[in-house]
Amino acid sequence: MPINPKDIEWVEEPAMNFWESTYLPAVFDGLRTTGQHVADFHPVTEFYPEQKPNLPSHYRGVHRLNRDDKGRVKCVACMMCATACPARCIDIVAQDAPKDDPHWADRDKFPKSFVIDELKCIYCGMCEEACPVDSIELTNIFDLTGMTRQEMMFDKEKLLSVFDQTKDTVGNPIRTHKGKLGHASDFTDLHTLGPATTVRADDRSAKANSAGVIE
Amino acid sequence: MFEQLINWFPEWARPFIMPMITIGIVLQVNLGVCSYLILLERKLSAWMQDRIGPNRVGPWGLLQPVADMLKLLLKEDVIPGHVNKFLYVLAPGISVFTTMLAFAVVPFGPVPRNLSATDGQFPYIIAPGVDLGLVFIFAVTSLAVYGIILGGWASNNKYSALGAMRASAQVVSYEIPLGMSVVGLALLTGSMSIEKILLHQVDAGILGWNIWFQPLACVIFFAAAMAEAQRLPFDLSECEQELVGGWHTEYSAMKWGLFFLGEYTHVITISFLTSILFFGGWHLPWIAEPDSQYLGSTLVKVLVLLTKSFAFIIVIQMLRWTIPRFRFDQLMGLAWKVLIPLATLNVVCVMIVKQFHLNEWWLLPMSAGLFLGAGLIGTQSSRPFARKTLEPVAEAHGHHAHAH
Repeated sequence: MPINPKDIEWVEEPAMNFWESTYLPAVFDGLRTTGQHVADFHPVTEFYPEQKPNLPSHYRGVHRLNRDDKGRVKCVACMMCATACPARCIDIVAQDAPKDDPHWADRDKFPKSFVIDELKCIYCGMCEEACPVDSIELTNIFDLTGMTRQEMMFDKEKLLSVFDQTKDTVGNPIRTHKGKLGHASDFTDLHTLGPATTVRADDRSAKANSAGVIE
Repeated sequence: MFEQLINWFPEWARPFIMPMITIGIVLQVNLGVCSYLILLERKLSAWMQDRIGPNRVGPWGLLQPVADMLKLLLKEDVIPGHVNKFLYVLAPGISVFTTMLAFAVVPFGPVPRNLSATDGQFPYIIAPGVDLGLVFIFAVTSLAVYGIILGGWASNNKYSALGAMRASAQVVSYEIPLGMSVVGLALLTGSMSIEKILLHQVDAGILGWNIWFQPLACVIFFAAAMAEAQRLPFDLSECEQELVGGWHTEYSAMKWGLFFLGEYTHVITISFLTSILFFGGWHLPWIAEPDSQYLGSTLVKVLVLLTKSFAFIIVIQMLRWTIPRFRFDQLMGLAWKVLIPLATLNVVCVMIVKQFHLNEWWLLPMSAGLFLGAGLIGTQSSRPFARKTLEPVAEAHGHHAHAH
């Protein structure tokens, strides 16, 4: 179907006035602009290796796994981050918390292993968004190097040590102090979670207890 | 002052001594100046863009040219398998050779008036007394396009070939306004010798500088010379965004460096020519007059000329980072529709003034009139890509569809 000509708005090249058509004033105008930058010189360059950039606190760099108030890993091995991850770079093996151990008395599960492939990761921050207990967080460490691919597979110990290193630094504060684990750990029963898109009220997903539970 | 040295040589060798010394000095200074001009250009572009520029090698990056030169020398000199080796190696040589050769007739200081090759005076010009200096320069610099065409052709690469074709069309077109713009000077001075044109202005004082009589020719000369040297905004032959590197896409290491050296030597030559032909050369009122004889006056004259040329180099470099590149049809249009007619009319004006023995100052309003006239024509002319009809063509079709 051709476009209705009434809908087409033609943008005409503006007519040049006398001075514009002689070229020279535009040249001198441009020279004035560039000359002003030379005369009034305010460089915005940072001397990178000597001078580190002042990154905002929402910068998305290397991950860390937060510890709770008892020094245990906050992660409850719910797999939310691994599910949300678009790059599929998170690999979690969950384990039931030992019931007879008083250290783990208030916890059901914890990650036996938690590996992030920092080379696969696209640093989108989806895992941080998904985490219900504010365990996984992205720090502002950006200059990550490694000699082998194996070195770049960050396991639980390494991620916890990133937390130990960064928790007191500027720009990487511990972002939540609510509850032992995070805001989700206070819920005794789960709210009805509406789906992301609008559905009819009688749709089963609208009445589901938690997202993804389908009878 | 070199008389002792010259007399030490046998009779037949004596005329060659001073030119050899001059060539040696000019070559060495040129190499050093070119490398530092590249640093200056990088710094200048950085300052314009609120950056710092090269600052790691030496204090304020002053040793950067040394590092660059070492890099160019030590880099692997790749000759791709698909090139015509002879022409490929020849092209950068031609490029440097022609631009250096053009500098032979450009005076870089106060050339002594009664100069002979054997009297031991420093000539301040490699080839003194060339009466066709202007013609020589244009003849030789237009040879530089051979380097570009050969380089582009021998590279056997489409980008190179495109760049070389653009360059040849551009240089051939801009040769004409370049030559036409200085015909007026030759008529006014009565000589094609660059030294004589310089001396003519010097003897007439600051109000005898050619810029007062030929301001339009100066603008045309400067623009055409920048196009001739393939400098931005006229660097279509190597424009990085479209053609990778243009005709030097396949070149690496010192061969590439030679092309660059040729380009910068060309820029230096242009700047010297502009300051000599239009701005009185080494003349500066009260400080560097032809009869000033104080101690070091010669040095001051050289410095005055160098300062003037340096100012033009700065302008050329600033223009590079100020004006966007011309489209190819704009480039050709500028040469054929604007510069060539203007330069021709300018020559006609000079002819009228000379023929009817009018006061030379008539040339100033005449030049201004030509310039304003060109601007007036520019406002009236249609632009090539303006829409020709106000009635949209699609309307008839829409009406037809509606009827069914």
